[in-house]
Amino acid sequence: MGKIPMNSETFKVLMVDLDRQKGDLIDFGNAKEMLGGSGLGAALYAAYSQPDLPANHPDQPLIFAIGPLTAYFPLMSKVVLTFKSPYHEQFAESHAGGRLAMAMRFAGYDGVVIRGIAKTPACLIIGGRTLEIVDVHYLWGQDVLATGKWLRRIHRSHSGHRSILRIGPAGEKQVAFAGINVDTYRHFGRLGGGAIMGAKNLKGIIVIGDTNLELPRGKDYQKLYKTIYQEMTQSDVMRKYHDLGTAENMIPLNEMHAVPWRNMQATRDDAAAEISGEKFAQELLLRKTACAGCPVGCIHVGLLRENFADDHEYLYRQVSYDHEPIFAAGSMLGVTRAGNVLMLLEEMERQGIDVISAGVGLAWATEALAGGVIAEKETLVPLRFGNAEGYRQAVRHLGNRTNEFYYLLGQGTLTAAKAYGGEEFACVLGQEMAGYATGEAFFVSQAYGLRHSHLDSAGYSFDQKSPNKDLWAAVEFFLEEERRRVQLTCMVSCLFARNVYTQERLQECLSVVGREQAAVSLPAQTKRVQAERWRLKFASGHDPTQIKIPKRFSEITTWQGPIDQDFLNQLAHGYQEAVRELAQSAEFQRSVQAR
Amino acid sequence: MKALRPTRMERCIGCYSCSLACARLVHNSLSWHRAGIRIRSAGGLSTGFEAQVCLACDPAPCVAACPTDAFGQRRGGGVKVKRETCIRCGACAEACPVDAVYMDLETGYPVVCIHCGRCVSFCPHACLEMVDTTNGKDTDE
Repeated sequence: MGKIPMNSETFKVLMVDLDRQKGDLIDFGNAKEMLGGSGLGAALYAAYSQPDLPANHPDQPLIFAIGPLTAYFPLMSKVVLTFKSPYHEQFAESHAGGRLAMAMRFAGYDGVVIRGIAKTPACLIIGGRTLEIVDVHYLWGQDVLATGKWLRRIHRSHSGHRSILRIGPAGEKQVAFAGINVDTYRHFGRLGGGAIMGAKNLKGIIVIGDTNLELPRGKDYQKLYKTIYQEMTQSDVMRKYHDLGTAENMIPLNEMHAVPWRNMQATRDDAAAEISGEKFAQELLLRKTACAGCPVGCIHVGLLRENFADDHEYLYRQVSYDHEPIFAAGSMLGVTRAGNVLMLLEEMERQGIDVISAGVGLAWATEALAGGVIAEKETLVPLRFGNAEGYRQAVRHLGNRTNEFYYLLGQGTLTAAKAYGGEEFACVLGQEMAGYATGEAFFVSQAYGLRHSHLDSAGYSFDQKSPNKDLWAAVEFFLEEERRRVQLTCMVSCLFARNVYTQERLQECLSVVGREQAAVSLPAQTKRVQAERWRLKFASGHDPTQIKIPKRFSEITTWQGPIDQDFLNQLAHGYQEAVRELAQSAEFQRSVQAR
Repeated sequence: MKALRPTRMERCIGCYSCSLACARLVHNSLSWHRAGIRIRSAGGLSTGFEAQVCLACDPAPCVAACPTDAFGQRRGGGVKVKRETCIRCGACAEACPVDAVYMDLETGYPVVCIHCGRCVSFCPHACLEMVDTTNGKDTDE
């Protein structure tokens, strides 16, 4: 029993070659150094990526990695995806939940690396006793939701104990911000993982969790599990996430003048209450669901009821929502009816497109159209803030890359803006901005962060907690917050559990599952992984001096007043230098080891 | 005697805490399958969840089907399992009308709920409860 010895020194990695339609199970790396998750994903990327080839080349790997605590403890429920991004042609990392982490654990793989290109559109099916590459050419062109239904029908076994990943038309057409849908309600959303699946002719992936693992002997593990479970469920620490969810941010941020409205032409609007977490909960919340192994259950599923014909003919859909999607399909597009937000989110879901990038891209297009930068022959539909039906059609054009304009917009908002004009009001911070107009720290942290994600280093939090605009305090905050988060994503924990899983608690967890060496090396190796990720990003072509924060970000006013351009510039420079030093330190360590 | 009842599964969020608790506490395993209660979606995640668990039949068809008396009738419904006499034939799993008996692919032994109730406290939404079945029918406490 138990395919992975708990004190294993190496990782079990399934290498899948779509060209040969074969797989290979290898022992990879060093568990006490690479830790797992982000560390394992980075190490596999270093070993198998092809620096000189473009992101969508079939030889580029698509890498899924779990961590040493996956499934062993509550909320150790995420998977790290590493790949070369078609959005910026650099090393990228994305995270998703659903059932995938647990399915990989029970399939017996710490990592899965997919290379090559399938002869016809295919579904990869893997498990503890399964490796199949099945022709599904008949699903090419199907949207994400239909594909999920068909894949469940094609592979009927292991219901409840498997994870189903799939892409939609956007992934097939290699939109640079196409996402990978995981188990209907979760996503590897950002930076174009879906396009890499599309480039591999891979429509779906099914992971079957069909094996068992042995547990540590003695009472320590059982006791620690119970303690953590009780902290997650009985204390107030997780309440925010399962009560209103992250959607609770809308009203307080709006009151602070910190919500981007209508392509961030404003930071506050009286209509915020109409798309608030409270509004969704009272009128549209249908139920909540959870990632496997998470008793918190933060996934809020809204009920979208649609009148499709006379005589009271209705249909209903179930759409998950959070703060970021509500910002992207709501405030940013001036859509202020909660039902319309869900309608747009559902369309983005069907196309298999990252909702943040899609919403922010269409917000730019709306302002560009109004300003005469582009014309309706480009947008094909009359985009106007608040016109949800127009946006619904535009999302379809974006997913299907209908014309040259949507093709370019599908490469990223700045790509389209460079071609047509309007760069100054493109709300792009490395990639399309997340839903926080909180100020300089957030803008810099996303623009120059490793994943260009609000989750990299929580700059929005610094803006709110530290009104003094202390440059070095901000840089230190970014680096420390990133270190803390990298530690969690090496395990791989949900970031919502960050206040429960302190470093000491993680060391305790590693020890009781028999990974004493990893527990001891955790602080030092976390820093090493943090630096190594930056080394990979710079080595793949990242040049922070090429990233400009568009003028729009300097034009806004928050609760702290106008944006301080000097502070913004100094902080951008300071943070760029700090991460460059991190990358150089990893490069130095690597050269020492090579000698 | 009491029996486990998944009485409020419409509240289930699909976290698998019950299955994991059974695997962990009863079978000393980390597993989705090796558990007396197993959760599956009722047809995709948009349709909610259902529990595959012993209904505590009395008389139990799996007991009647067992050729070696490894499955014995439990008072209050369900079964008592004597693993030492089990020949791993799988007749119990075939006889169960609700697929509550799982034949472990690695050990070959049947896995079935023993109505111990250790999963109940791990359900964050009180979907599960222990019900008194002494008189042959469920009694609310």
